[in-house]
Amino acid sequence: MTWSLFFIQLLNGLQLGVLLFMLSAGLTLVFGIMSFVNLAHGCLYMMGAYFAATVYGATDSFLAAGVAAVVGGGVLAALVERVVARPLYSRDHLDHVLATFGLILFFNELARWIWGASPMYMNVPPALSGTIEIFGVMYPKYRFAIISVGLLAALGCYLLIAKTRVGMLIRAGSLNPTMVAALGVNIRLLNALVFSLGGALAGLAGLMGSPILSVQPGMGEPVLILVMIVIVIGGIGSVQGAFYAALMVGVIDTAGRAFLPLLLREFIDRSSAQAAGPAIASMLTCMFMAAVLALRPQGLFPVKNQ
Amino acid sequence: MMKLPAKSFSLACAIALTSAASYAQAPLKIGFLGTMSGPAGALGQDQYDAFMLGIEHLGGKLGNSPVQVLKEDDQLKPDLGVELAKKLIEKDKVNIITGVTFSNVMMAVHKPITDAGVFLIGSNAGPTPITGKGCSPMYFSTSWNNDSLHESMGAYAREQGYKRVYLMAPNYQAGKDALAGFKAQYKGDGLDEIYTQINQPDYSAEIAQMQAAKPDAVYVFYPGGMGVNFVKQYQQAGLLGKLPLLSAATVDGTSLPALKDIALGIITSSPYSPDIDNPQNKKFVDDFRKKYNRLPSLYAAQSYDAAMLLNSALQKTQGKLDREPLRAALKQADFKSVAGPFRFNNNQFPIRNFYRVDVAKDSSGQAAFVTKGVVLKDHPDAYASQCAMK
Repeated sequence: MTWSLFFIQLLNGLQLGVLLFMLSAGLTLVFGIMSFVNLAHGCLYMMGAYFAATVYGATDSFLAAGVAAVVGGGVLAALVERVVARPLYSRDHLDHVLATFGLILFFNELARWIWGASPMYMNVPPALSGTIEIFGVMYPKYRFAIISVGLLAALGCYLLIAKTRVGMLIRAGSLNPTMVAALGVNIRLLNALVFSLGGALAGLAGLMGSPILSVQPGMGEPVLILVMIVIVIGGIGSVQGAFYAALMVGVIDTAGRAFLPLLLREFIDRSSAQAAGPAIASMLTCMFMAAVLALRPQGLFPVKNQ
Repeated sequence: MMKLPAKSFSLACAIALTSAASYAQAPLKIGFLGTMSGPAGALGQDQYDAFMLGIEHLGGKLGNSPVQVLKEDDQLKPDLGVELAKKLIEKDKVNIITGVTFSNVMMAVHKPITDAGVFLIGSNAGPTPITGKGCSPMYFSTSWNNDSLHESMGAYAREQGYKRVYLMAPNYQAGKDALAGFKAQYKGDGLDEIYTQINQPDYSAEIAQMQAAKPDAVYVFYPGGMGVNFVKQYQQAGLLGKLPLLSAATVDGTSLPALKDIALGIITSSPYSPDIDNPQNKKFVDDFRKKYNRLPSLYAAQSYDAAMLLNSALQKTQGKLDREPLRAALKQADFKSVAGPFRFNNNQFPIRNFYRVDVAKDSSGQAAFVTKGVVLKDHPDAYASQCAMK
């Protein structure tokens, strides 16, 4: 193993991490502020990807695709909040799970119905295609674009939450929503805002993801599992926590896939290492979450509640 | 739901016909069972469309009997496949079933169909258990044993003298079989094997490891959406065209129309390519294109062959369905396959050519499958000797 390879894998981990952050920032707030379990968050990501691929196919403009994905994701999230989530805020978590699981089925079938069952494809915009050579390894330019957009989104979230009045209300809401409402803040509007902000970020993740992945029904669910892990590790309701946890999960997942089979070969024979490597690598993030839950059940970066 | 009245109507017609007309004119009932819906639905659709085109080319008749094809969608669910096969046999009283897209469905329906004394003409899935020990006199394949595609790429890698080949496949049975098939023919020892999680969306970590290993060539088996993701990411890493990418069942006729130029430069092994030069294939490709507005995949070609095979055998038996004569007639494979030379081995799987087929620009500048010669000529599968049939 060389340092250059290690560096490349770090970049890969970072890239997965920022994608996970874009998905988990909104979800963790919805969890934290409204105490609402939204399993349908992955669907917003999927729909964002579909919007992006459709608009890009029609216009050849990445910017237009971006607007479609972000605005589409935001509007769709606002709609979900108004129609499904709002009537259920006062009910318990099991009802949330039931309703949003229904939404998963609904959106996947909707996507199948509108765009068909076979995957859609979105090309990398010409300006971002090609590779950059780092220490002798070719690295796609587009992956740098993902990392940059992800970091910018994180910076934007930080500024919004730490420096603006709305951000102050969001922070207050995640600590004590009842008190915020009692102080005369329109908590309904705040909820809708947080929900659609999350949807817009999920749409952005869909936009950035679709040139490297195939856009197909059900693409939101596998990633939702990682996003849930991120939220639990980061601490529910904490955007800052989601950021650090997303980067950790991204790096752990990538490093596990890249280096664990090699590492195992040192101890057990080649064929068992090949079989066990990927299996254990896919468990690593869950094991990390279990360790965090055992040692710090409130997450690594919890919202300070006292 | 709309299908039901139409079907019972045609059933009523069939009954009316049998009672009114002579026996020879009763339509021959053939069941088509395939995966027609879901992400892999394009494969079954290709099989069905090509089978129907074959019957159309034969004037709506197989061996001079008018034909009625009953189409069923197994939705890639083995249990549903068994249910539908039973329905076709017991309720619709079909004499022949064709199609079957996926190996897991084939493993489930093979025994119920052949045990019922119904001929099964498989036109895609070829799992090893039914190729070797579990072969059946009632089962004929117009496709291949699952290993053959990988064997032919292994043979190609050996011929090219690649010293170090990097192998990648999903971590499940078919993935392991694929790499085993490749290694059986490659016979070299310069191998790195990487298994990835099934349905993994992102291969960036593995592609970086691969580059660091500096292989001479890469061999992958990524069916379905995994293949699309892998090929895109391999291309984005600037490797396609530089580091030879050998593959089987990763890019096929159903995903190429959408991938287009992204897939340029991929080397695949296939028993069929639309540009194979023979008159029957030219007619098949031209008419398939005209009728369905797309190029036929290998799934389509195998299913068209199934129609031609049935026609040749039923002509020999003069439309009679008695088991032994029909079986003997089928075994002669007295038809011209669109894929070139075709004859049956003792296990009733074909002995056929496997071609190197590249994704390259065709004469019209479109990304298409272009044949680059035969890799394995008259290739029998590796399991025929385990089959007890002579």
